[in-house]
Amino acid sequence: MQNEIIFSGFGGQGALFAGQLCSYAAMDNGLEVTWIPSYGPEMRGGTANCTVIISNEEIGSPLVRNPSAVVAMNLPSLDKYEPLVKPGGLLIVNSSMVNRAPTRTDIRVAMVPANELAEKIGDKRMTNMVLVGALLANLPILTQEMMEKALQEHLPARHHRFLPLNYQALREGAAYIAAPVA
Amino acid sequence: MARQLMKGNEAVAEAAVRAGLHAYFGYPITPQTELLEYLSRRMPELGRAFVQAESEVAAINMVYGAACTGSRVMTSSSSPGFSLMMEGVSYMAATEIPVVMINVMRGGPGLGNISPSQADYNQSVHGGGHGDYRQIVLTPGSVQESVDLTVLAFDLAEKYRINTVILSDGSIGQMMEPCELPEMQPLRGVSTEPWAITATMGQREHRMLSSIYLKVSDEEKTNIRILNRWRQIEANEVRFKEYYLDDADFAIIGFGSAGRVALTAVRQARAEGIKVGLLRPITVAPFPVQQVAELSKRVQGILVTEMNGGQMLDDVLRIVKGNCPVEFFARLGGVVPFPDEILSEIHRIAKGPLSVDVDPRSAWLDRMAAIVN
Repeated sequence: MQNEIIFSGFGGQGALFAGQLCSYAAMDNGLEVTWIPSYGPEMRGGTANCTVIISNEEIGSPLVRNPSAVVAMNLPSLDKYEPLVKPGGLLIVNSSMVNRAPTRTDIRVAMVPANELAEKIGDKRMTNMVLVGALLANLPILTQEMMEKALQEHLPARHHRFLPLNYQALREGAAYIAAPVA
Repeated sequence: MARQLMKGNEAVAEAAVRAGLHAYFGYPITPQTELLEYLSRRMPELGRAFVQAESEVAAINMVYGAACTGSRVMTSSSSPGFSLMMEGVSYMAATEIPVVMINVMRGGPGLGNISPSQADYNQSVHGGGHGDYRQIVLTPGSVQESVDLTVLAFDLAEKYRINTVILSDGSIGQMMEPCELPEMQPLRGVSTEPWAITATMGQREHRMLSSIYLKVSDEEKTNIRILNRWRQIEANEVRFKEYYLDDADFAIIGFGSAGRVALTAVRQARAEGIKVGLLRPITVAPFPVQQVAELSKRVQGILVTEMNGGQMLDDVLRIVKGNCPVEFFARLGGVVPFPDEILSEIHRIAKGPLSVDVDPRSAWLDRMAAIVN
């Protein structure tokens, strides 16, 4: 069983860390995982994305043309990756940062107002965690408990005061369940 | 030991430290820089030597000098940086000293770009520097393999007093994967090797290491010694990994990143019932000659896939000697193929017809016209 997830957003939205956190949780639970960022001549304020592949066997290609899931944190990411999601796959959209709905009908879509939810719980930097919560509620390969454990294990100690907020952000996002493909 | 999630470049750096790296000399270049950056922190922390040289030319000559002491030394760079080092690489080979070099390849030729590539195969495997020399070339396909091969590189370099190259690429350097790191080896004291340039302490004769043999008969003997040593390496140190080859009708041969991409395609083809397997060379020098020769006698066709214009392809053709048709597929210049591209090639090959009379590079270039235009 293999899942490929692309996390994409503006630099600073936490797309790369969201992918890393899932990678840590996968590793800690005995799975194989590959995290690879786009590393072109990146520009401040530009886009950032990473591909995470989680599998129970040796992982081949670190990149896929058609991922099983995409987390689109802004409009350019939605425009770029909506057409690429595997049919039957999952698209998580940060609806706070887009002005259109996805048009595909052969994939599952969850529209998550992640910026608003993050601000509601008190810290807009939790946007990425809200979206990870939504991702894993719809692609149940890692549990809330695994993610909380991964945060405890791998977040530097100086950030541990943010742990409860991160847990809450994951749970807020998990409330957004995509409708099945019609 | 628990697995750690590490970036390829940093994992190589830590593996080298644990293998007893005494001194590192380098110059930054993307996509390799994290390796140097990591060591700039880690080496001084352990009281070891880290030098960011003023250029690659300086760095390789520092490596040359330090390696003459018999200590574990290393440099790392990426393609254009390695071209600058070639004079020193040849001198070190001629001096017969153990050196480890990491090449995190990027798109070329020229300044090229910073994306992954495998286009320095010929430079590493078939020379690069002047003169008749050989060097061991190891090609990792993952972060874990990068770690394991780094440790092995130091052992092989010392066992045979030879340049040893880890030929990686930007993809493996930049990706994060779980890896198990080796135990920390204690740093060795002054080398006890009988050739090492260490202080005589008034206890023994002076030693000299050099790459100069003005008497041509001495130079010829040196060349023959180097080539004979290479025969031992060919006999003892070939490494490779096989996937699904037992009952395969068709075989793919690819190293490093190209081999990984091919693995995904092979699994997809297997799921469709196509009997295809993969041979992933881990040492490309020495090359798995016997394995490729045997394969060519029992499969209906071989597909070579690389991220260059067919540099390893020429080696495979020389070994296969027309035993079976050989086909070729590559993306290059920093483009990494997607698995579906290799899968399409598997479909094409499985459907046939194949011929030993087709020039695989030429046929590939004809097919590429539709892809790149």
